[in-house]
Amino acid sequence: MHTIATGNRGVAEAVREAKPGVIAAYPITPQTEIVELIAQFVAGGTMAGTYIPVESEHSAMAACIGASAAGVRTFTATSSQGLLYMHEMLHWAAGARLPVVMANVNRAVAPPWNVWADHTDSLSQRDTGWLQVYVATAQEAYDTTLMAFRIAEHEEVLLPVMVNLDGFVLSHTMQPLETTPAGDFIPPLHLPHAIDTSQPAGYGPLTGPEYYYTFRWEMERSMRDARQVIREVEEAFYQKFGRRYGPSEEYRMEDAEVAIVAMGTLGREAQVAVDRLRGEGIPAGALRLRWFRPFPRLDLAGREVVVIDRDYSFGFGGVLARSLQATTPCEPYSVIAGLGGQEVTYADIAGFVRQRRPGDEYWFGVDAGV
Amino acid sequence: MPVFEIRIHSRGGQGGVTAARLIALAAFYDGKQATATPFYGAERRGAPIVAFVRICDTPIRTCSQVKEPDLVVVLDPTLLPTVNVLKGLAPGGTVLLNSPHKVALDGFRTVTADLTGIALVLDLVIAGSPVLDTSVLGVLAKIGVITLDSAKRAIAENFTDARNVAAAERAYQEVAA
Amino acid sequence: MAEIPKEEFLLPTTSACAGCSSSLCLRYILKASGPDTVLVIPACCTSVIQGMYPKTAFQVPVYNIAFAAAASCASGMSAAFRALGRKTKVIVYAGDGGTVDIGLQALSGAFERETDFLYICYDNEAYGNTGMQRSGATPVGARTTTTPGGKTHPKKDIELIVEAHRPPYLATACSAYPTDLFQKVKKALAIPGASFIHILAPCPTGWKFPPGKTIEVGKLAVKTGMWVLYEREYGRLAISAPSKGAMTRPLPLTDYLSTQGRFAGITPEQVQELEGEIARRRERLLREVE
Repeated sequence: MHTIATGNRGVAEAVREAKPGVIAAYPITPQTEIVELIAQFVAGGTMAGTYIPVESEHSAMAACIGASAAGVRTFTATSSQGLLYMHEMLHWAAGARLPVVMANVNRAVAPPWNVWADHTDSLSQRDTGWLQVYVATAQEAYDTTLMAFRIAEHEEVLLPVMVNLDGFVLSHTMQPLETTPAGDFIPPLHLPHAIDTSQPAGYGPLTGPEYYYTFRWEMERSMRDARQVIREVEEAFYQKFGRRYGPSEEYRMEDAEVAIVAMGTLGREAQVAVDRLRGEGIPAGALRLRWFRPFPRLDLAGREVVVIDRDYSFGFGGVLARSLQATTPCEPYSVIAGLGGQEVTYADIAGFVRQRRPGDEYWFGVDAGV
Repeated sequence: MPVFEIRIHSRGGQGGVTAARLIALAAFYDGKQATATPFYGAERRGAPIVAFVRICDTPIRTCSQVKEPDLVVVLDPTLLPTVNVLKGLAPGGTVLLNSPHKVALDGFRTVTADLTGIALVLDLVIAGSPVLDTSVLGVLAKIGVITLDSAKRAIAENFTDARNVAAAERAYQEVAA
Repeated sequence: MAEIPKEEFLLPTTSACAGCSSSLCLRYILKASGPDTVLVIPACCTSVIQGMYPKTAFQVPVYNIAFAAAASCASGMSAAFRALGRKTKVIVYAGDGGTVDIGLQALSGAFERETDFLYICYDNEAYGNTGMQRSGATPVGARTTTTPGGKTHPKKDIELIVEAHRPPYLATACSAYPTDLFQKVKKALAIPGASFIHILAPCPTGWKFPPGKTIEVGKLAVKTGMWVLYEREYGRLAISAPSKGAMTRPLPLTDYLSTQGRFAGITPEQVQELEGEIARRRERLLREVE
């Protein structure tokens, strides 16, 4: 199928291709179209699998954990408050080493209520042991959701994967989408520790101080191994479907002296800003980070860096900016923009670059620009 | 071809967002790149909403709101007193209005079509609301934003009721440019 | 019977859909409660109806809280007001989703602890605010965006669930009978402890009927017995006047179902199931009243 479709539809179509056995989900704006499409596909017989309309997000993740523990491929989707409500169970899914795939439609956190794009929801879950990837087009949403199942279920990973897409700006924006059938791209799930009544075991029982840390180390080991698995899966995807993805998407970075780093749709909007700045003689480039967990080691040597955070960690700073500072030598101009769907255009982004001051933090709309 | 930007004004439940999607789909069938973006929040009928369409020969990388539309579409004329539908429209820009009479807007080119009338004549009414989001494509075809063939294809793929294609054809015939 | 005051606590031209039951109910609820009231609302249509910052459509404080937490938030708030010696009325105003599904735990806890508050559930039988997905309160046969073929599981009986907590006052109401609702709210607020009112709120957007027919649809719900108006004071049942006729001579259920697009495609078996439920409930209530 080659058509115009929303980011949400891209996710739902990929889920249909992946053929999960159980989908347990709860509606929340702006994720609802994903859930509604899946319900329609299942009811209409075009999608195998059982759809459980659970009564809350905490229950959605709990149901996914139960289904996944039984050895069945599972999927759910949520946003914002829903993601926060399932926080405890996010830790659980990762700790239980279950390859649940979840689409999170990035939305601001209340109060006050706000339904528009913001990354605080998913970034505030960065410690849970979930892999996290951020997409910027409907095509990428489709492709990445397919890859997410294969990555999560890989024997060297066996960790859940969160696919993030910006609320409304991507979830509801219609763009060209080609849904190529997955074929055998995602092998059948073989969960080594699936519940087996012929080999009874206790799952997640009380574990003393002498053993607990070993489980946490195993999770981190798999998170590190995931880097290579992601590379392999993305290469296999390129070989089969002809579309190439990496840990980040770089635009005019080869000779860039200023790098604009962002995630999600702003990372693509930044490319338009780059063209504009180049026209003014400013050698800018854009780096759209895709995989946030495991966090990559980026090489930004010799460049000035302008980081756009569509999120904030209070008392600390923009999560992306601080993450970069912690992992690679750089002194970013940290821009906090786009919170709660705040409009950020390519003109604004070009402005951030022109006014940059290394090491400073700039709250768009609050601080005066230079 | 630089990006052609359209802003569509309507009320929730009138199909403004659907119209945007259909226009983008028709442009896509014309071989163009196209995006359609709504700007709305929690679902409710009757509230003013805005939707955007971008059409270009090259991939569209911006998702921000359309600030300087090339074309403004107003599906509900009762919005005119309360919403500044002309904001950002360049002098001489085109406004497409759902209206039974010709409307003059100083400094802008107006194109009117009685989309409500067409819906009522064809009895194309759903839950009390005349269907406007399919007929409007006929007007857009007449002014050359999309082709009529692609418009009909986009509509036929999304609506089983053949009156929707008929509505677009009627609008194409009847529009007063 | 208390007289209905003229003062309005909900400003006209809210952001509600045309024909919304909820804004009609809120006007009468607040007239019954008066200015010394706080509304605690979880995510629901009212979160939108109240209007966007920096404006509010309400003349009483409205406390917005997370979807699952309305009753527990109200529980804490009520305890605090009483500790301050204030008689401020705490009213939870929640949709069916926030009551029978995600809000059920908090509701149960608040009633078990005999919280001094009034919990009102306005029931449009779906998740209205997010675009009409099914809830536990969606009836059999109803089409929603997540039950495109019609819901197969029966409507959760929240009244029985709340009754199990032995509240001092429990009542049902319907937006088509606003004065009945007014009287019930007044009564509930006069009784200390946890009271519950379950309002049927026909929703033109979700149930797919023209916005001008909201009252008619509500009356048909009552006249067919699909919705029974009653009160329980300390458990003792009293059928409300508008439902008395339907207890002995209800209109055919199809009169109600045929007004709404959401029941298009309901099967004869599902209609029978609903009719059976209605008949069983009617018998149970009539036996009890004797």
